[in-house]
Amino acid sequence: MSEHPEYNLKVVRQFAVMTVVWGIVGMLVGVIIAAQLTWPALNMDIPYLHFGRLRPLHTNAVIFAFGGCALMATSFYIVQRTCQVRLISDGLAAFVFWGWQLVILSAAITLPLGITTSKEYAELEWPIDILITLVWVAYAIVFFGTVMKRKTQHIYVANWFFSAFIIAVAILHIFNSLAIPVTLTKSYSVYAGTVDAMVQWWYGHNAVGFFLTAGFLGMMYYFVPKQAERPVYSYRLSVVHFWALIAVYVWAGPHHLHYTALPDWAQSLGMVMSLVLLAPSWGGMINGIMTLSGAWDKLRTDPILKFLIVSLSFYGMSTFEGPMMSIKSVNSLSHYTDWTIGHVHSGALGWVAMVSIGAMYHLIPILFGRKQGEMYSEKLIDIHFWMSTIGTVLYIASMWVNGLMQGLMWRAVNSDGTLTYSFVESVEASFPGYVVRFIGGAIFLSGMFIMAYNVWKTIQVCKVEAEAAK
Amino acid sequence: MSSAVSWFVTIATLVSLLVFFLILQLNKSVSRPGQTTGHDYDGIQEYDNPLPAWWYWGFMFTIVFGIGYLIYYPGLGNYKGVSGWTQVGQLEADQKEADDKYGPIFAQYRSVPVEELATNPAALKMGHRMFINNCSVCHGATGEGSFGFPNLTDSEWLWGSEGATIETTIIGGRKAAMPAWEGVLNDSQITEVTEYVLSMSARPDVDQALADKGQQHFMTFCAACHGPEGKGQTMFGAPDLTNDIWLYGNSRSRIEYAIKKGRNGEMPAFANKLGEDKVHILAAYVKSLSQ
Repeated sequence: MSEHPEYNLKVVRQFAVMTVVWGIVGMLVGVIIAAQLTWPALNMDIPYLHFGRLRPLHTNAVIFAFGGCALMATSFYIVQRTCQVRLISDGLAAFVFWGWQLVILSAAITLPLGITTSKEYAELEWPIDILITLVWVAYAIVFFGTVMKRKTQHIYVANWFFSAFIIAVAILHIFNSLAIPVTLTKSYSVYAGTVDAMVQWWYGHNAVGFFLTAGFLGMMYYFVPKQAERPVYSYRLSVVHFWALIAVYVWAGPHHLHYTALPDWAQSLGMVMSLVLLAPSWGGMINGIMTLSGAWDKLRTDPILKFLIVSLSFYGMSTFEGPMMSIKSVNSLSHYTDWTIGHVHSGALGWVAMVSIGAMYHLIPILFGRKQGEMYSEKLIDIHFWMSTIGTVLYIASMWVNGLMQGLMWRAVNSDGTLTYSFVESVEASFPGYVVRFIGGAIFLSGMFIMAYNVWKTIQVCKVEAEAAK
Repeated sequence: MSSAVSWFVTIATLVSLLVFFLILQLNKSVSRPGQTTGHDYDGIQEYDNPLPAWWYWGFMFTIVFGIGYLIYYPGLGNYKGVSGWTQVGQLEADQKEADDKYGPIFAQYRSVPVEELATNPAALKMGHRMFINNCSVCHGATGEGSFGFPNLTDSEWLWGSEGATIETTIIGGRKAAMPAWEGVLNDSQITEVTEYVLSMSARPDVDQALADKGQQHFMTFCAACHGPEGKGQTMFGAPDLTNDIWLYGNSRSRIEYAIKKGRNGEMPAFANKLGEDKVHILAAYVKSLSQ
């Protein structure tokens, strides 16, 4: 490897460790609310533990705390390694870390207290929104400043995706969060009615598109070729699917509002662009999986590579499912059912979490002084891999069954045209699916505890090795 | 929308689709397939492989399909599409189809009086299905009601038990208005009336001296609706206070609260949602519940 400057690995280490911590917290809250949906008495009549308050805590914790820390850890690492320069400012990088932790802490306090804007995935009130903006601007300055100072001639594809993610999330966050404050803990959106709904889902869908897709594709484009030790399959494909992906995603939001007050033309455009989105999404999957061609045998022995490749498979599956669900006639069956929840989690657990976990297993040993992927126990990584896979499959399969059943029950009519089932009957029929979902989630969460143990032991071993080397 | 916005939407959409098409064309061929591009980032290289053909054609297909869809359906600004489809139009067509198909099934019972229909098993089955999906949210799946929502299986009828009256209740809804007396009666007077009301249903724990004082206030303020003997009046939906059926709870504090703050129960109107033929059958089902 060529000579390189001393990188700022401190901030990467901090974010990497917090990725594991927030992963456990976010998924634990997820398992708790999955249990509450199965056995409602588990909210114990305590307002702070009510499903309506814990659910946004779960989504914010897994997306912005777990996912956010994973993205910041890997982007700060990758941008340094692929540009061959140190981050431009250690101070700003530290501000990004501590600022982001403060945002997460504020969310963890305000959401259970019931302080919310009620906008999905943007529940945090305006003072926290301002803090997010400040941290995000600092993040952008550090990232783009480092890219501009790069020693390499070109910018690596992972950094294109991180760039798109950082810019788009800034725009989405600012415009969706525009609100008129009334008190410190209460504000009203500047948008009203259908416009508010459309802005919300323009934001909501692109939070998926840029935060959970583009950002994690950036992660994928570094760790898959690194772990497989193979060149990226096609540079040309990465160019085409990158530009197509970021250009189409911004159009897809209206498919969340099919058959509502949203005008017909906007619904049609949302559906068409969601279908066009299929190929650009799959471009990333193809490039990732085909990178392994010529080295397929490594899948047998390398559990980190298993995490990365299976995550791409789930990514491909959910980005196929998404366009299908955006078709109006499919949507009229799937909308408002558990199918949507299953779809989200095949992306969130199967793709986002598994690619992050794989990346962390590759990265954490390096950060603490070992070689890539040299965790304390490879066996435990393998066990974790199987738990994650089984947990995800149980989760999404149960939600498919529930979703299809609910959709069919809601539209079933008797010979006199009256509805065959009442709503509560469809809830009752969903019970077995809720139990299986809870079990799947619990298995996935248990895997995270194994990861935490493995990470802890790795850090201990690295400390001992560092002592010995002195 | 204004024609300027309409043109913006149309042009932005078509230009986007055109750009995707052009990106695909411009990147169709590569110069060194199977070789790397020569870039090296932290040890990572990239092959200069072409776009997979199936992927290229799949992408092209979605673009072509999208254009076709936007010609047939509304999407390009104010352009209505060849089909002239609207979601409101689809809803109305579906509703008309359902009315044409199922309407006669309900209409056949229209001439049968509610009381007679309440013993017809076929009609009751249809009534039950409608009850479950329209009424059970408030009145419960079995019609036993809950706090603030009347029990339909007992013998008390707030607005009258006649079949035609039940039908009127469902068609137009009902608004009950128990006024708030806290501005008229002072706290001790409210305590006295409360005690008197408790005494009307022969409760064992009544303070008779207070109740006697309360009777005077009752006759002045309450008897107009609830009647001098507290038997209630269906004309106002005023409940009978002499039995042990209590819509808003039977504790002393609950009753005192109702007198102080008033109560405003509301039964929604179902004329528009169900239509008179269906309500007729539903009324028979409700009637059957208390038999």
